[in-house]
Amino acid sequence: MTQGLADVVVIGAGVVGTAIARTLARHALDLVLLDAAPDVGTGTSKANTAILHTGFDAKPGSLESRLLSRGSALLRSYAEAAGIPVERTGALLVAWTPEQAASLPTIEENARLNGYLAIRPLRAAELYVREPELGPGALGALEIPDESIICPWTTPLAFATEAAGAGVRLLLSARVTGVAAGGDGFYQLATTRGPVRCRWVVNAAGLGSDEVDRMFGGGGFTIRPRRGELIVFDKLARTLIRSILLPVPTARTKGVLVAPTVYGNVLLGPTAEDVTDVRDTATTAAGLRSLLAAGRRILPGLAEQEVTSTYAGLRAATEHSDYQIRVDAGRRYACAGGIRSTGLSASLGIAEHVVGQLGEAGLALRPRACGPVPVMPYIGEAGVRPYQDAERIAADPAYGQIVCHCERVTRGEIRDAMASPVPPADLGGLRRRTRAMNGRCQGFYCAAAVSRLFAAGVPA
Amino acid sequence: MTVVVVGAGPAGLSAAIELRRLGVGSVLVADRETEAGGVPRHCVHTGFGLRDRHRVMTGPAYARALAAAAVRAGAELRLGTTVTGLDTAVSGFYGAVTGLDAAVTGLDGAGTVTLTSGRGVETVRAAAVLLATGCRERPRAARLIPGDRPAGVMTTGELQQRVYLGHERLAGRALVVGAEHVSFSAAVTLAHAGARVVALVTEHERQQSYAAFRLGAALRWRVPVWTSTAVRRVAGLGRLAGVEVTDVRTGAARFVPCEVVVFTGDWIPDHELARLAGLAMDPGTRGPVVDTRLETSAPGVFAAGNLVHAAETADIAALSGRHAAWHIAAAVGAAVGAAGAGTGESGAGRQGAGPDAGRQGAWRLGAGLAGRVPVRVEPPLRWISPNAIASAASPPRDRFVLRSQEFRGPARLEVRQDGRLLARSRLLRLVPGRPVHLDADWQARVDLAGGPVRVTTGSGRDGPEGAAAVTL
Repeated sequence: MTQGLADVVVIGAGVVGTAIARTLARHALDLVLLDAAPDVGTGTSKANTAILHTGFDAKPGSLESRLLSRGSALLRSYAEAAGIPVERTGALLVAWTPEQAASLPTIEENARLNGYLAIRPLRAAELYVREPELGPGALGALEIPDESIICPWTTPLAFATEAAGAGVRLLLSARVTGVAAGGDGFYQLATTRGPVRCRWVVNAAGLGSDEVDRMFGGGGFTIRPRRGELIVFDKLARTLIRSILLPVPTARTKGVLVAPTVYGNVLLGPTAEDVTDVRDTATTAAGLRSLLAAGRRILPGLAEQEVTSTYAGLRAATEHSDYQIRVDAGRRYACAGGIRSTGLSASLGIAEHVVGQLGEAGLALRPRACGPVPVMPYIGEAGVRPYQDAERIAADPAYGQIVCHCERVTRGEIRDAMASPVPPADLGGLRRRTRAMNGRCQGFYCAAAVSRLFAAGVPA
Repeated sequence: MTVVVVGAGPAGLSAAIELRRLGVGSVLVADRETEAGGVPRHCVHTGFGLRDRHRVMTGPAYARALAAAAVRAGAELRLGTTVTGLDTAVSGFYGAVTGLDAAVTGLDGAGTVTLTSGRGVETVRAAAVLLATGCRERPRAARLIPGDRPAGVMTTGELQQRVYLGHERLAGRALVVGAEHVSFSAAVTLAHAGARVVALVTEHERQQSYAAFRLGAALRWRVPVWTSTAVRRVAGLGRLAGVEVTDVRTGAARFVPCEVVVFTGDWIPDHELARLAGLAMDPGTRGPVVDTRLETSAPGVFAAGNLVHAAETADIAALSGRHAAWHIAAAVGAAVGAAGAGTGESGAGRQGAGPDAGRQGAWRLGAGLAGRVPVRVEPPLRWISPNAIASAASPPRDRFVLRSQEFRGPARLEVRQDGRLLARSRLLRLVPGRPVHLDADWQARVDLAGGPVRVTTGSGRDGPEGAAAVTL
């Protein structure tokens, strides 16, 4: 695995790293994608608000604005081809105070500067027709019809699956501990799974990107992890909303939103707390309390609903407001760090940008014949799941054998995940690939059975 | 004409046995698990079957006995089969004329049931449906306990399945959250699996289990109960490191290292199907609203067991299922007269409601037109089941069952309708998580055209003892 000399090593198999790897893999290159974790997409990529942003609210003229706008368009079409669940629910940015209402025209103008023209104002009466369960007191809103919800788990998995299919070597549980420059134009990376030799390095290490950047003589930014806590409500709450309900953002955060999820739940969050430890994804009593208070105002009906899960993710914020993306031709090194909260939506835009820059910096990019993008198992609620597909069950009864009852995950899907090109390393990985154990019972009924299937690798 | 029973636990299986005994031609019991029996399958302790089968056995033995009896009775058990759709052709509430027509004629009442299994997706036309989907414990996330999300955090249901169905061993220290009956059961399971139970913790000032069980656990496994103690945080990256507990009186916090934490009790009915079918839901039980015949707001759709009272013991759930069967049989026009004469293996119980059920089915015409009288409780009472009265039919075991959210007692329950005192109970002790029973004798005094019946904890010990005249 670690023998040979790679043309490029991508450090970090989150949504940005996997996107870069699959974009590089469209060229005749020898590639390695490595991650400190035992699976792809385990950091910020797995715990976020799962929204496919249009970039309407980015800072006009920023790199983030450009890559977000481009990446969002690319991901929309990629998702369709790869079977990544996406629902174009649209978003309503709701003003609750006169000050917020007064700021709506500025936000609208800002969207136009970002090239997003479909935004339009909505009067309070129209807003309540659209969202009858919305809490009282809303003064007006902006409608952003293209804001969508997406499956954050399938996305990096699809990128990694495509990369693996194109010959990228995936090296997991491999934390980079040091780097030495080889004599004749290559690097030797020390990792927890042995040395890896390569000519070029791409740093997409997310929350660890500042650390990696320092190894390569960077140091222009420091990750200041910003924790976002979120609450997932029961599927029976799903009928309460039709669109993503956004607050008026502040300088610091996009604020607490209420959004449907592609799994049929309702998401409330995130909070925004600066923490010091890049592993500190604990929820807090204060955080959950503040979310519930916000939720009661935005959507009073939530108070009656059961909570299915709570979680926290860390945004890779830095002291800078924009992405920290640069390519150092002399060092044969690219950094894609400081992707603070829009990485999922912008991932393919970031990848296209970084790969283009690498080409300009001297990396030989000779296109090679590529197959179609992989079609991933569909785990959304909007389309047809295996248990609903009579023909599929007739062809293979395992798709009718429901193991996880809350999420209706079949034995066939668990078996497929275990046998997939990028298989799960643990139960968490299986959850992200199938939704098993993610439902309202949180394992009361199925955890023991799912654990047995995982341990056995699903026998015949 | 098929009656579809959803759930092959004690309530569903008991209903199926009784439906067959009463002459219902086709009874299909669907369960999503691959083995029948419901929760008792993985409750290895004894104490099952007391009130319904008049003998005591372990959970798995009880589950097997019920499943075998259902098969012998001629019910069709469809396991590994999930009900993925319930279309109540006649939606709406009692009083809808179409609904009454359907129920009284006993034809084509409930609509269709969609079944998904390895056999494929099938649609079954049902004359009536019994929902017996049971209940589960609220998991850690739903209790909003913050912290990390390590492995080693589970409910009793998961614990029992891991240990008794999966034969897993659990090493290290374990903490049990809750101090009711099921919590002691979890402690026993943990000990059986090889874990050392550090303590049971409860926010209440006292534990809530029965003395015999508590003492047994305390003596055999030396498990202390930490009262007035709340779990405030779960800690551990990857694996559980421990939990932070707080004394709810003083606020003093401390960290308890442990490798397993089990969240017990805090039952919630598995009500997804009921809600998706559009049934009226009771805010207290969080199950569907049922009248004393255990019929829901959709004519022809009945509900029994821990879906309507989470959680009672398995034998009580079984008797609830049997009770629903009498009324389903009457509603679908089965030959109840003949069946009522037989004693069968289960018998119709002391209520003799089997033969009565036919008359009540007819009687219901008037009751239905007059509507259903809701039965509601006020704090500290949390819920009452059944929670509607539509006829003179008595509830299961001739009593209503309630829960309190606080320790209270001795107290009397008072039953009123439109300000009129219908009854005052004998003195009762209220313990959270433990059943409180209210005899149903007052039901005859309910005005079916009147307002809601309200059950409150009355003046309690302050009440004049002379009230004994109306005490039940």
